[in-house]
Amino acid sequence: MTARKTSSAGGEEPTREFVTITVGKQLCGIPVLKVQDVLGPQKITRVPLAPPEVAGLLNLRGRIVTAIDLRCRLGLEARPEGDEGMSVVVEHGGELYSLTVDSVGEVLRLPAGDFETNPATLDAVWRHFSEGVYRLKEGLLVVLNGDSLLDYGSRVAA
Amino acid sequence: MDDLLSEFLTETGESLESLDVELVRLEQDPNDPELLSNIFRLVHTIKGTCGFLGLPRLESVAHAGENILGKFRDGELPVTPHAVSLILESLDAIKNLLTALEQTEAEPEGDDSDLIARLNAMANSKSAPAAKAAPAPETAAPEAAAEAGEAADDIDDEEEDVAALIDRVGGISAVDAAVELMYRKIMKDPELAPFFDGVDMILLHGRQVEYMTAALGGPDNYSGDDPAVVQKRMADKGMNGGHYDRIAAYLRDALVELEVQHSAIDDVFELISALREQAVGETADAAAPGAEGPAGKAKAASRSEQSGQTSVASQSVRITVDLLENLMTMVSELVLSRNQLLQILRKYEESEFAAPLQRLSLVTTDLQEGVMKTRMQPIGNAWSKLPRIVRDLSHELDKKIELEMFGAETELDRQVLEMIKDPLTHMVRNSADHGVETVKERAVAGKPETGHITLNAYHEGGHIIIEISDDGRGINVEKVRAKAVANGLATEAELDAMSEKQIQQFIFKAGFSTAEKVTNVSGRGVGMDVVRSNIERIGGHVELKSVTGKGSTFVVKIPLTLAIVSALIVECAGERFAIPQISVDELVRVSPNSEHRLETINDTPVLRLRNRLLPLVELNELLKLGGAPAPAGQAEDDGAEARSETFIVVARVGTYSVGIVVDRVFESEEIVVKPVTPVLREISIFSGNTILGDGSVIMILDPNGIAQATGEVLAAETMHHGGKGRDSRDARGSDRTPMLVFRAGGDEPKAVPLALVARLEEIDRTTIEESNGTPVVQYRGQLMPLIAVDPAFRLEEEGRQHVVVFQDSDRSMGVMVDAIVDIVEDRLKVEIESAREGVLGTAVIAGKATDVIDTAHYLRRAFGDWFQKAPRPSSNGGVSANRVLLVDDSPFFRNLLTPLLSVAGYEVTAVQGGEAALGLRESGHDFDVIISDIEMPGMNGFDLARAIKQDGAWKDTPIVALSSYASKADLEKGRAVGFDDYVVKLDREALLQSLTQSLSAHRGAA
Repeated sequence: MTARKTSSAGGEEPTREFVTITVGKQLCGIPVLKVQDVLGPQKITRVPLAPPEVAGLLNLRGRIVTAIDLRCRLGLEARPEGDEGMSVVVEHGGELYSLTVDSVGEVLRLPAGDFETNPATLDAVWRHFSEGVYRLKEGLLVVLNGDSLLDYGSRVAA
Repeated sequence: MDDLLSEFLTETGESLESLDVELVRLEQDPNDPELLSNIFRLVHTIKGTCGFLGLPRLESVAHAGENILGKFRDGELPVTPHAVSLILESLDAIKNLLTALEQTEAEPEGDDSDLIARLNAMANSKSAPAAKAAPAPETAAPEAAAEAGEAADDIDDEEEDVAALIDRVGGISAVDAAVELMYRKIMKDPELAPFFDGVDMILLHGRQVEYMTAALGGPDNYSGDDPAVVQKRMADKGMNGGHYDRIAAYLRDALVELEVQHSAIDDVFELISALREQAVGETADAAAPGAEGPAGKAKAASRSEQSGQTSVASQSVRITVDLLENLMTMVSELVLSRNQLLQILRKYEESEFAAPLQRLSLVTTDLQEGVMKTRMQPIGNAWSKLPRIVRDLSHELDKKIELEMFGAETELDRQVLEMIKDPLTHMVRNSADHGVETVKERAVAGKPETGHITLNAYHEGGHIIIEISDDGRGINVEKVRAKAVANGLATEAELDAMSEKQIQQFIFKAGFSTAEKVTNVSGRGVGMDVVRSNIERIGGHVELKSVTGKGSTFVVKIPLTLAIVSALIVECAGERFAIPQISVDELVRVSPNSEHRLETINDTPVLRLRNRLLPLVELNELLKLGGAPAPAGQAEDDGAEARSETFIVVARVGTYSVGIVVDRVFESEEIVVKPVTPVLREISIFSGNTILGDGSVIMILDPNGIAQATGEVLAAETMHHGGKGRDSRDARGSDRTPMLVFRAGGDEPKAVPLALVARLEEIDRTTIEESNGTPVVQYRGQLMPLIAVDPAFRLEEEGRQHVVVFQDSDRSMGVMVDAIVDIVEDRLKVEIESAREGVLGTAVIAGKATDVIDTAHYLRRAFGDWFQKAPRPSSNGGVSANRVLLVDDSPFFRNLLTPLLSVAGYEVTAVQGGEAALGLRESGHDFDVIISDIEMPGMNGFDLARAIKQDGAWKDTPIVALSSYASKADLEKGRAVGFDDYVVKLDREALLQSLTQSLSAHRGAA
């Protein structure tokens, strides 16, 4: 069960599965196998002095999970007060991170043919975090790269 | 024991054990090439390692064994039982050597040439030599040989002589063959054979070989019954002395047949007859055990018993550290869950869960302790390398040093052990290198020529204390001081206010020990900051006690384990944090009505705690939590009242204490420190995070980080006021100066710049003596004169006397005052010049007219020679608002001259060195005249004058040199580099005159 490029039984073209999320107004996708959990609002412990995108820490079944506010990470404006959003838990480098997003949608199976690399004019921050784009009927889905989102060693100057 | 050696022993022990098994398997299945190559590889590895470690005896034996195995492998030699037993014998020899090696850490003396010769003979022959290898019973032979060699615990001195006998007979294999022959003869003897009916001959054979080997001085593995018991049993069967004689005769025949030397045979029988005197029936003794039920079992039991006593190798089980860590983590989680349950239980008065939970709790505690123990290692492991280091150093440095180690068996967590290994080594090396003197120096100091370094480890309440002490020269406080000033770690004024012990702590400061400068300056200290930070990282701390000339002692206190720590839970601005209990000294509750009050110095909150000022850190400010603004920060006098109640956690980091101001304090909890996620690792204030009993995540505060952060905060603040502030205000001589306000003779307050004050003391009046009409007191090994401010002052007979101590280099003087009022920070501006003796003038300090004391006056009264008798300076001759830059490294003189000059009408800016002076020039300050000291660390006065006169804004500013010495040469040199005048320090009249002259000359010229 590695990053799935499954070819379905019918001999169709290879597809990938994504959990869809919305951040701001943008529809994004995270490879389904990366996602460990989807959480509703959680009790989060604030971490003083932490980078702004680190919303805090939470306890997920005895493991400490770092909550990252994806809006902040992607350079979008903060969620309105009172809107707690939802979280998608992913693993990176042995650590769990919960990416706080506006909402979590369904799981989509997308054919490779609809995939396209980032448009050259995409904002630098987004280009860094995005693997590419799927053309969907209802709009565009940006494939988020969990590794570059959480790799703080090579943080881009946002 | 050497790490390498002990590892080799463990590893080889393991290899040998598997070899035993594999060889036996090989014997049964001689054609298994995989088995053979595995055996070959194992023996080869042993040989190689022995050679690497320089163990020639072991190597040669292993080599000979390997030869045979090589031939086996290449098919040149058939795998015969005899050959296998010979190899087993060589393995036994190796085991014996290893046992000795383990005990003495050296290869035992001895000769294996016989064994090696036989091994080589085997290797070179196509088949086993017939003479020595009467076909031994197939299973018994290797087993017997294996057992025979298993281990000889008690290798004593006698062994060598006797061992010679067994060697002369031809080794264990010869005994084996002899016994075999003997039994054949016995079984053919109709008179003797019935005695052995129904006896397991193979077992008997083995016993017999063991017994004889032992009797002849070989390894003692005899596993049979006591000879006397056997004899009795045989006697019951009707065996008599005659039978024994016949058995003995058969043995002799067997030995003769095996071509054993006659002299050796004679010796053997001498021995046997001696043994028979103790228990007649010797040779047949082994018959008994056969009648004794399941022999195999008995043997197995005795074997395991034996191996239990023997080697480290079979005692220890090697487990990967990961597995242990994993176990530990799980146990930690279990402990947490247990705590959680107990917490829940507390809410219910009566619960049927109470009893089982109690049990669970107990078992968990036991389990935790058990798992902890698996991680425990004696601290001696960390010390093992030290004797060698000390030995090498003492040779290298021509010193005689004895290293004594106590409490090496004290156990602590292996993780902790790893972390303190290097710091310990470092401290011992320092002690040997810098602490202990050379033989010659010790002789001069009247000490025994051998220096001692003592290591002592012991448990004390959940901690391990390790003391490293030497009886060397101790730490030279003066040199540490000089170094601290030179490196800019402290100013003279700060140092003056410190005790010797505090000054010694500078050796732990980063930047104090910059390589080669330190070794000869401070006496020790290379990397002591690293030592301290390593120790503090694991929640320990290190203290230093040193007496010059007597030696130094480092006391290291470290927690037993790092996995579970007890922590205090506090709340600040609605967030909870954990503070490791180990660094919490005490808790102070502060409320408007409590005895403790928050006070502020220049907006910096401090707490008066048992006559000490404790610096405070507002946690919500430090963490930028943005709670209610700290009232103490902005407060005026009534600041503390703004907050109804605060708690101060007094945390200790090394010798530095800091009060952490929090809103609430909860109970303490056991927590498991988990590392923080990489994103947050840069925040030094947190050492980790954890999940509390109630399931919430909490950050663990790192007192080290807090201390560092506050250090920076403090530094930043000082910068702010000392840097920027000085630019605008200080440069005009009107910066705030800390002043000591006291009362002496009369109600009006008197003040003296705090920087001039060395110490405040309370002296028992009964200790005050009189000398030359002046009261004196013995103070720090010197006589200190005491001067009263008030001429009408009369010394009381009893009670305690407040004394303000002034100090310059090695001289101290005390001014007796009635009461210390306060320390305030205010602008020192003398408004009214005083005509009274001993008073510079009156200034407004803390809103009150206060007399500023002329310290110089009292110094002069105490020591007539301190200053020349000079008349009071005349009023300034109309020269007003002349700006003077005073450059002097001694805070004493800076503080002395500043009021003096300001009284004379100058605006004084004082800096402590040439660099600082030039810094003012760069920032565009201007002065009318510069007064500079000559001897200063770093840039001295000559260099400064040269730099100023060369070019720049100040090149026309007159410079007056100020020095304690005024030789002609100095004068010449001074003029040459550009000094306009040269004044002997403390000649105020001359100084003032010179200033006036320089200024007017300058004005005239301009």
